[in-house]
Order: sequence, then structure tokens, then C-alpha cells
Amino acid sequence: MADRGDAMRGLTMSDSTARKGIGLDVLTLGVFLSVMALVSLFLTAKTQDPLMAVHAVILLIAFVLGIIALAMRAAGGLHFDQSRYEEGIVKAGVVATVFWGVVGFLVGVVIASQLAFPNLLYFENIGWLNFGRLRPVHTSAVIFAFGGNALMMTSFYVVQRTNHARLAGGVWPWFVFWGYQLFIILAATGYVAGITQSKEYAEPEWYVDIWLTIVWVAYLLVFLGTLWKRKIKHIYVANWFYLSFIVTVAMLHIVNNLSIPIGLTEHKSYSLFAGVQDAMTQWWYAHNAVGFFLTSGFLGMMYYFVPKRAERPVYSYRLSIVHFWSLIFIYIWAGPHHLHYTALPMWAQTLGMTFSVILWMPSWGGMINGLMTLSGAWDKLRTDPVMRMLVVSVAFYGMSTFEGPVMSIRAVNSLSHYTDWTIGHVHSGALGWVAYVSFGALYCLVPWLWKRARLYSNDLVEWHFWISTIGIVFYITSMWVSGIMQGLMWRAYNSFGFLEYSFVETVEAMHPYYIIRAAGGLLFLLGSLIMAYNLWRTARGDVRKGEDVPDMVPFSTVIPAVQ
Amino acid sequence: MSYENVAEFAQTWGLVYFFILFSLVVVYALWPANQKQFDEAARIPLEDEEDL
Repeated sequence: MADRGDAMRGLTMSDSTARKGIGLDVLTLGVFLSVMALVSLFLTAKTQDPLMAVHAVILLIAFVLGIIALAMRAAGGLHFDQSRYEEGIVKAGVVATVFWGVVGFLVGVVIASQLAFPNLLYFENIGWLNFGRLRPVHTSAVIFAFGGNALMMTSFYVVQRTNHARLAGGVWPWFVFWGYQLFIILAATGYVAGITQSKEYAEPEWYVDIWLTIVWVAYLLVFLGTLWKRKIKHIYVANWFYLSFIVTVAMLHIVNNLSIPIGLTEHKSYSLFAGVQDAMTQWWYAHNAVGFFLTSGFLGMMYYFVPKRAERPVYSYRLSIVHFWSLIFIYIWAGPHHLHYTALPMWAQTLGMTFSVILWMPSWGGMINGLMTLSGAWDKLRTDPVMRMLVVSVAFYGMSTFEGPVMSIRAVNSLSHYTDWTIGHVHSGALGWVAYVSFGALYCLVPWLWKRARLYSNDLVEWHFWISTIGIVFYITSMWVSGIMQGLMWRAYNSFGFLEYSFVETVEAMHPYYIIRAAGGLLFLLGSLIMAYNLWRTARGDVRKGEDVPDMVPFSTVIPAVQ
Repeated sequence: MSYENVAEFAQTWGLVYFFILFSLVVVYALWPANQKQFDEAARIPLEDEEDL
């Protein structure tokens, strides 16, 4: 069993026999979980804060369950076959990604409907069901729960396959997986209960932040340990993107969440920063969450799944290197464009704007590299709906990374800021790029992981693709119209120099667009349910009647290794 | 360490440091001898076997 300890220290294993007993990984995790269980028991007993008490109990239950699960696995003998890739954790990640995706899209449709029909869907006596509480549930569910699980599970898959090394750390990757789900549950239950530090995309309070930091450091070590064990000399570019995502998110998360709790048994804390420094730290964090969570990580996904699916090498590996370094060099400076016309010094605003515009170049370089990888395989766009989903995701990446720099220009921002245009822009990136590249990866992974020759149904992928694409178009076009109209109404003066419209008149004017947006979101949710059904039937090994004609099936050629 | 010191350091040496680092990246990416290695690297996703 000592060899699993070696694996944790990053040595390559050649012995593949199953081992009994307690390894270093099980021991360290067992001790850690026991300490955490004691800490949460102390919290449960001592806290006077009812909201903290709920979370302390959730933590206690989670750690006790973790200890039981670990003990059962250790007692049953851990059979980590070092000659095979660790795929169980990727399967678990697939399930979590689909589950949280559907939950996040559903909450999105609910809050879009609340905005469209406030008379019907405002609950006077059930505060936690209203927009203010549910909005962070939606954003965190789609970004961190859906996107985060998609990134973790694909990174665990890609780092093994492109380095020809089994995942390092023994049972610790499973800690990363379950620890991350615990973070999601603490965050979501906290939001509906009213626990928030009111920082966008960083709402969880101090103790949840500390928990995520622990999980994230474990994630980093598992990833680095696997790279250390690699049998291929060159580290493939997708791993660079994933690594930059993991390292940068750790840095952003820690700095932006520096705060002092009002007591160690209280949920409330106050930020170390104040005023414009606080705002700048927050938007440095939030914009780089877009840059390194929603872009860099998903580019790692693109650089693996697009070449793999197209069966073509990366169009230009040189471009991918320049793409990587220029993207991470430039992205980190773009945050101040969120603070145009605020107390932030003008030079800092200009700096953020300039870097945002320069960012256009690496973004489009990456887009071109992704699209041109299809050179010689363009026919797959017609025959393979999964390939089309991946390609459309890259196209949306190009579109939203063009729109973003335009909106960061001060003069454009004076019109677009605080309007629905921003919401539309975010969703063209989130639905079109992030979700589509994840859907493409899921459609690739499920047959590969469950060893199926093909998906249950390609027709259902077509349905998913078209229904969701129409949904996205509804969403972003309605928000463009609504946002620009809103911005123009806010700045309209009459001949006497007074504002032309009252605020409520602008809200009234947006009503039809809110309904179109909710309809678009509903279509997107519908598409994701079709995907969930298709993937579930694929995992079961079913093939839809009438689609089992071999000539219509691209999968047997895509993955000859799968039998 | 006043604000002016930090700003001056960042605006001069920080700029030089980033410029040199990025130039090295571009030179590395375009260096002709690296072509073969990059051509092989571009095929890595296509060459992952079922077992280790």
C-alpha cells in the first residue's frame, strides 16, 4: 500500500497488483475529515447564530458521511489499478455536471419569469423564493456548479489522457469532487437563507470561502501530481489552460475574500477592503473569474475535444502557445472596465479599457485556431451534430469576445452599463460558449466512459442543438433591444433639459423583452433535458430504433478503441 | 514604500520584465528547431490509448 503514498509524492508506478491496507492517502484524508468533523461539532454546539447552526449541522453530517464512506472503501480493500486511467471520478463528474446544469438553467427560467411576470411570481410571505435570493443561486449554480464540475471532470480526464498518467493522490481526487459538491450546497442554502457577503460571484461567507480554498488546493495538488507522473515529455497545451485556471482562481478567490468574521461562530464577516479599493478588488476578481474560470478552463476543453472529435491535429500549435501566454498576460488587467465613471482613478479605467480591447487579438487567435482545426474535416459539421455543437461554441466565443471589448470602451459603456445589454452579453458567452463546449464534451465523454459504440440518438442531439440555439438567439437579441432601449431612455432629455422618462417607464418598456428572454431560457432548459435523457439512455447502452444503421454512425470511426 | 515608488517600479521595470518575458515566449514558439516537437504535440489528443 506504500506505493499509493509514492503516487502522491508523484513517482511513477509500474506495479499494477491490487493492494490491501491503509495507504498514506487514506490515512491523511481520514485524519483530515476527523479533525473537520470535530471542528463542525464544536461549531454546532457553540454557535448562537441560527443560520450558522444550520450550516454547522450540514458540515457535521457531510464529514461523518465522508468518514463512513472512506472507512467502508478502506475496509473493502481499495483496488486502484495503476495500469488503468481513473475514470470513475470522471463519470461522477459527468452526472454532477448534467444535474447542476439542469438545476441552474431551471432557476434561471424561474427568475426570468419572476422579472417578466412580477404580479404572478412575487411571493410576499416566502422571502427566500424571490428574485433577490434566487438570483445568486442561479449564477452560482450555472458558473460554479455546472461550469465548475464540467471543468473539474474534463480536467481530470484530459490531464490523464494527454500525459499518459493515472490521476495522482489515491482517494484525494474523490475528496476534491465531494468537497466541491459540499461547497455548492453550502453556497446555495446560504443564499436562500440570506447569508451573503454581497460580492458578485463571490457571495459565500468566510467559512465557506475557507472550505473552498482547502478543496481547491487539494485540486491543484492532484493536478500537479498527475503532471509530475507524466510519461510524455511535452505538456500538452490544454493542460496549461487548465493549470492557469486552477492557479489563478485560487489567487483571485483568496484575495477577494480577505475578510474578518464578527466572531468565529458567526456567519457574518466584513471585507478587509473599503470603498473604491473594495470595488476594484471585487471586479479584478469577477472579471478574471470570467477570464480564467469561464474562458481559460473552457479553452483547455476546446484544445482537447475539438481536435479529438474532428480527428485532426491542432491547426497551429505555435498559435496555441502564443494564444495561451497573450491571453493570460492581458486578461488579468481588464477588470477596471467594470468601473467606468466611478471613483476609480481615470488612468485605471483607461488601463482596463485598453487591455480589454487588446484582448480581442488573443481571443480571436484562439477562435481561429479552434475553427481551423477542422481543416479537411468540414463535412463533419453536416454529419456530426456533436462536432457542430463544439464549432458553434467556438463561434460564440469569437462573438462574445468581440462584443466584450466593444462594451468596455468608455463611450459605449456609458450607454451599455447597468442595462440588459450586459446580461445579453454574459449569456451569449455563458450559453453559447461555456455551455455548448461543455455539452459537446459531455456528448463525447459519455460513450467513451461507459464504453458504448455510439450515443443513444444523434437525432436527439440535433433537437437539442436547434432548440437551444433558437433559445440563445431569443435571449441575446431580446436583451440587445431591451438594453439599448433602456440605455437610450435613461439618457433622453426633453426640450426643457429634464429627463424624458421616469424609471418605471423604462421598466414598463422592457416587459415584452423580458417575456421573450424567459421563453429563450425555457427553450435552453428544454434542450438540456433532452441531453440529460439522451446521455442517460447512452450510459444504459440503448440505441434508438432506426438509428442503429452503421453507415449513419460516425462514432465507430471516431473512437476505434472502444468496443 | 510609498504609492509613487510602487507605481514607478511597476511602470518601468514591470513593463520591461513583461516585455522580455513575452518576447521569449514568441521566440520559443517561432524557433524553427521546435517545429518537429510542436507537430508531435499537436497530435497528442489523437494518440491516447485505452490503457496506460
